[in-house]
Amino acid sequence: MSEPDVLVIGGGNAALCAAMTAAEAGARVRILEAAPKAYRGGNSRHTRNFRCMHDGPLGPLIESYHEEENLSDLLKVTGGKTDEVLARMVIRASEACLPWMEARGVRFQPSLSGTLSLARTNAFFLGGGKSLVNAYYRTAESLGIETFYDAKVTHLEMSEARVTSVTYERHGASHQVTPKSVVVAAGGFQGDLDWLARAWGPAARNFLIRGTPYNRGEVLADLLDQGVEQVGDPTQCHAVAIDGRAPQFDGGIVTRLDCVPFSVVVNRDGARFYDEGEDVWPKRYAIWGRLVADQPDQVAYAIIDAKSLDLFMPSVFPPIKADTLEELATKLGLPVKRTCATIAAFNAACGDVSAFRPTELDGVTTTGLMPPKTNWARLITTPPFYGYSLRPGVTFTYLGLKVDARAQCSLGNQPVTNLWAAGETMAGSILGQGYLAGFGMTIGTVFGRIAGEEAAARANHHR
Amino acid sequence: MQTTTADLVDEARRQAEICNACRYCEGYCAVFPDLHANRVFTSGDLTQLANLCHNCRGCYYACQYTAPHEFDLNLPRALADLRQASWEDFAWPQPLARRFHRDGVALSLAVLLGFAALFLAIGALPGEGDGFYAQISHGAMVAIFLPAFLFPLLSLAISMRRYWAATGGGGLSRAAFRRAFGDAVRMKNLAGGHGEGCNFEAEDRFSQARRRAHQAVMWGFLLCFASTASGTLLHYLFNQPAPYPLWSLPKLLGLPGGVLMVLGCFWLASLKRRADPELGARAVRGGEMGFLLL
Ligand SMILES: Cc1cc2nc3c(=O)[nH]c(=O)nc-3n(C[C@H](O)[C@H](O)[C@H](O)COP(=O)(O)OP(=O)(O)OC[C@H]3O[C@@H](n4cnc5c(N)ncnc54)[C@H](O)[C@@H]3O)c2cc1C
Ligand code: SF4
Ligand code: SF4
Repeated sequence: MSEPDVLVIGGGNAALCAAMTAAEAGARVRILEAAPKAYRGGNSRHTRNFRCMHDGPLGPLIESYHEEENLSDLLKVTGGKTDEVLARMVIRASEACLPWMEARGVRFQPSLSGTLSLARTNAFFLGGGKSLVNAYYRTAESLGIETFYDAKVTHLEMSEARVTSVTYERHGASHQVTPKSVVVAAGGFQGDLDWLARAWGPAARNFLIRGTPYNRGEVLADLLDQGVEQVGDPTQCHAVAIDGRAPQFDGGIVTRLDCVPFSVVVNRDGARFYDEGEDVWPKRYAIWGRLVADQPDQVAYAIIDAKSLDLFMPSVFPPIKADTLEELATKLGLPVKRTCATIAAFNAACGDVSAFRPTELDGVTTTGLMPPKTNWARLITTPPFYGYSLRPGVTFTYLGLKVDARAQCSLGNQPVTNLWAAGETMAGSILGQGYLAGFGMTIGTVFGRIAGEEAAARANHHR
Repeated sequence: MQTTTADLVDEARRQAEICNACRYCEGYCAVFPDLHANRVFTSGDLTQLANLCHNCRGCYYACQYTAPHEFDLNLPRALADLRQASWEDFAWPQPLARRFHRDGVALSLAVLLGFAALFLAIGALPGEGDGFYAQISHGAMVAIFLPAFLFPLLSLAISMRRYWAATGGGGLSRAAFRRAFGDAVRMKNLAGGHGEGCNFEAEDRFSQARRRAHQAVMWGFLLCFASTASGTLLHYLFNQPAPYPLWSLPKLLGLPGGVLMVLGCFWLASLKRRADPELGARAVRGGEMGFLLL
């Protein structure tokens, strides 16, 4: 087999965008994907949409979503920790991505039921991220790109700020390739629980990982060890509160739980610890990951009554159900007296609920309770009662490779001449903290295309 | 271990609940919007979903939860298994329906042989007319084919009544009927939500083949039907008995109709042979093949 011009490490959205772009520019491209074929596509296979600016209706997107509005949405969630130049570049490029994606087989659908608030800002993939990934692999194949599955990269050999060879493991044997250019698009390291525990503390062993188990950060660790420039807080990860019964890995979107705003949330000891009604759930689910992570045993329990059961999207696991609060506490493994006292105190603090509006901030608040519940505070009194357990679910880690506007990595203050990075693995170069729904796929598509272009240009130049 | 309809319902429900929490496939077909309108699924709801699915497999290849994932999603198969069970339960007459599902190919052959035998037997009777009426008298034709024509209609009508009752269908509005008919004529649901067809025969690649083939069968059937109808009119109203010349209405309609039907059926059978059987109803491939061959 002849050596590829461009080697792409990873098999998710960013990797595929880079690979297709490089192949279209005439380069011979090989993809090394750590996962087997059935699990190809990393976290990208769990996605549902990407954020896309547009000056008028575009594909499935209604009305318009201008650059300034997109940027200000971003700045709000990152608390200003944003590289504004790169962020603007990504936002501007996103508009052209939609037709580019369609031309490579991605199909869109109107905003999903239950997510109408995103119909203007986010374009939804028909069939979700796995069908996007399938479409890209089909296109890649027709472009003559070779894909090796079960191929885990372990080391990039570097000399004089240049990658000279790449080592990977496949079917129990170690192999080497010597490509002209290399693109790293291997995601974050959240699949490695030991690394998470080193970064976050032992509590991280109780975290669930929402996406692929194959993003273990081998390549990231290898490059950072060799002094490649890093970005992002190594101790931080994006975590949301998900159903505590989700599998350790790969539970994906269906483990999400949207009941918190209508519930009373207690910890293992039956005590409340935060205002459940602070804001609408899409603006709060991310901080709840952290809140639950700070509780003993990294677990919490959301309790609702019959009035609220139909107010949120169903989740994949049915709630625990009981006719009395005592019985529910017992079933959830909570201290019965403490839990019932907490609910009783909450009920006593509830007031007039006539203004209750499930879909907006209604100001129906508790009085004299600490912490208060500032919206949707209704009595928990109507049986049957329902309970869900909550755990932190990690979406991705922030630590990554620092790149410039052409996706190139650097060593000291010198560019690595043939190394580019795209997607989650460099997203920290743009977002220092926080996250805006759909922006991960946007970054991966924009930077994947740039990386593929640059990698092919260099390979073609050195033919 | 015997799989009962109740087991199939439970499995379909388990999967429907996962889809309802996910919704990524909403745009593929009519199954998902219907599914997402529910929170709890009765067996009638699930039967309705099962009969809305036409096994295009778009949602299977798009699903991030298919085996080896522990959620083990295979909605096309769960719905096909249940659909098959529901047809057996609703179809009238029932014992015959069961036989057909299991041993469809054999039964179809038996029916063909039976027809051939009948033709032979009648051919042996003295005939008097021209053309094929020389072989079979008009009376004999009517005696064989009138029941063969009316029985399926009766059977369909009874089966549909039972289905409607079980799935809790209410009154039909004319708009709903028109929309359904329009969707059916265009076979919109076979277009995969993006107009590019199914994933039936080549893994995750989309293809229009199955939609085209079904359309061939449908138009073929309609042409044959029109041919028979025009023949009937010519015979009884205009007193022009068969045989008809090549350029007459019945032949003009019937010939391409017959050819289309036969080609369409062979096409479908070959697509089915290439499709992954793990994604269809396991127990009834025989019946499905038999249906096509017929
Ligand atoms: C449940 C869930 C839902 C999400 N929904 C959305 C959404 O709707 N919209 C959005 O924009 N973002 C979403 N995200 C975030 C999104 O998944 C990421 O931003 C995006 O997929 C990153 O793409 P990527 O190509 O960089 O990484 P990935 O898609 O994770 O790809 C990384 C690839 O690298 C491979 N790999 C890892 N290590 C190695 C190695 N050593 N050798 C070879 N290959 C390796 C992996 O197998 C994988 O194929 C979601 C995340 C999760 C977990
Ligand atoms: S088939 Fe899979 S991807 Fe599609 S809606 Fe169901 S769970 Fe989601
Ligand atoms: S197989 Fe096709 S028709 Fe059936 S549910 Fe899936 S997408 Fe719909």
